Amino acid sequence: MGKKLLIHNDKVANIHTLEVYRAHGGYASVEKALKTMTPDQVTDEVKKSGLRGRGGAGFPTGMKWSFLAKPEGVNRYLVCNADESEPGTFKDRYLMEKIPHALIEGMITSSYALGAKSSYIYIRGEYFYVARIVEKAIAEAYAAGWLGKNILGTDFSHDCYVQVGGGAYICGEETALLESLEGKRGNPRIKPPFPAVAGLWGCPTVVNNVETIAAVVPIVNDGGEEYAKIGIGKSTGTKLISASGHINKPGVYEIELGIPVEEFIYSDEYCGGIRNGKKMKAVVAGGSSVPILPTELILKTAKGEPRLMTYESLSDGGFATGTMLGSGGFIVMDEDTSIVKNLFTFSRFYHHESCGQCSPCREGTGWMEKILKKFLNGTANESDVNLLWDIQSKIEGKTICPLGEAAAWPVAAAIRHFKQEFLDVARSKKFVDVSHYNRLNKINA
Amino acid sequence: MSSQVHGTQHFDKAKRAEVKFSDEAMKVVETIISHYPEGKQKSALLPVLHVAQAEFGGWLSPEVMDYVASILKIKPIEVFEVASFYTMYNLKPMGKCVLEVCQTSSCWLNGAEDIVKYIEKKLNIKVGETTADGMFSLKVAECLGSCGTAPMLQCGASYHENLTYDKVDKILDNYKSEGKLRSYTDHDYKNTL
Repeated sequence: MGKKLLIHNDKVANIHTLEVYRAHGGYASVEKALKTMTPDQVTDEVKKSGLRGRGGAGFPTGMKWSFLAKPEGVNRYLVCNADESEPGTFKDRYLMEKIPHALIEGMITSSYALGAKSSYIYIRGEYFYVARIVEKAIAEAYAAGWLGKNILGTDFSHDCYVQVGGGAYICGEETALLESLEGKRGNPRIKPPFPAVAGLWGCPTVVNNVETIAAVVPIVNDGGEEYAKIGIGKSTGTKLISASGHINKPGVYEIELGIPVEEFIYSDEYCGGIRNGKKMKAVVAGGSSVPILPTELILKTAKGEPRLMTYESLSDGGFATGTMLGSGGFIVMDEDTSIVKNLFTFSRFYHHESCGQCSPCREGTGWMEKILKKFLNGTANESDVNLLWDIQSKIEGKTICPLGEAAAWPVAAAIRHFKQEFLDVARSKKFVDVSHYNRLNKINA
Repeated sequence: MSSQVHGTQHFDKAKRAEVKFSDEAMKVVETIISHYPEGKQKSALLPVLHVAQAEFGGWLSPEVMDYVASILKIKPIEVFEVASFYTMYNLKPMGKCVLEVCQTSSCWLNGAEDIVKYIEKKLNIKVGETTADGMFSLKVAECLGSCGTAPMLQCGASYHENLTYDKVDKILDNYKSEGKLRSYTDHDYKNTL
């Protein structure tokens, strides 16, 4: 069994209540930080830990914190990005629903380090019931003095609020999130200035993912060095992986970074192998945006080394033969899956979610969806494969925010690794969906 | 103002005069506004629109948007541009229960299309339509973060997961016998994680 730091208590009855959470050592990091450490010491521990942003980008958290501008007399804010919307990702929902106090504890400890008097947890609107759970936990924390004025009798006061969104993937992009938090459309901002200088209402702001903030708790409790002992190289600590698709045991798993991908897919501790005795065809390892890889490349790198669940190993080989850890949204597809149709669901998604600000993304995502629809209708030509490739190459790097890349990469990777499948569909002039996985009928039969 | 057009809906001055939050809803709205610094009340817009949608029949009419603008002391267009950007706000009347079936990758891999077809047949409506009795509207949604428990549908605040045809039957029967408006802000959600 690997070490767990975030959801080790997820099966404890009533762990969502302050009383039970506290009985299991909850809020110790707040006590330790506020009573025995300076804010800079907390930041130093986070730097030492090597923690990287768990939302998908993997940027070092301690470094992000150190960029925060601290002009006199100006409020600073911590904003938690709980706008979890990357297809294949549902770990933040699990964490907030099961152990909401882990997030709130992380918010308080992190805010102390950043000198933020107020913080906001921006939760995607569809997770309204999760927001209710978090709000209840916040009310408990206020009643017990973990939030509010002079926490633990110190000079540190802090208010934490929840805001729900309105349903928009783009608000997971940090500047779009800030726009949304200000009551506007979720159009990403041009950077610079970065939020660390001008964020929420123009004030210096740090935006961190739910899991990142929750990870600050064990880092402060055990020390950054202890945290960094887990993992390999620059991939330190544990990571929540959302496993879905054609596996025996879908769900949220906390892994030590560094376990082999093969172990994660096939061992009973995690995914438990492929459903119905089928073979695996492909994996999207880090949420819909990252390149899809065929079985041989997800299990082993192009050099023939076992692929590991780390930022570095998964990206080994670049986009030619590798992928990314991303948000940890791990989607497994069996041998009957149509890569063409799966890609269509992704392209439809990105077309729907493009904010419309930049032409390459607004128009390009729609074109890609339309062309993929032709494949499903049996009206595509072989040349449409090249057309798709051409369009995706003209979106990447040409937009204000990374939604452009997120829309382009899955198209590029599907063609790169499964071009023959696209050509076959185009040549046969008809699409037969053998991938139609009919679990529903089976259960009813 | 009386001829102002919001999307396809027309602004009705007489209706606007009738729009007013209940005392209870107003309290919730005031609490939301208190979460933001003075002068930044526009930030409350998204959550307040959720309250308004639940309060005024499950959609945001031009009159309701105008009312929300007056409460937050912003221009009506600022409300409309937000309401029209985000998918959770309905700009036309909907059924009491809006069924939103997730259709993105993991749900598709697990048979989401069959769930959509099944509901279409059962309710005799297509995606985007509302049943004649005004009870159900059917929508498809993009990834709702339920990939490990796919396929799924959302109705108001409730997540219904690991769907089978039998389960869909039961869920729809329950909502029908209950017969009430379902909103994202409901406290009596039934998530099945």
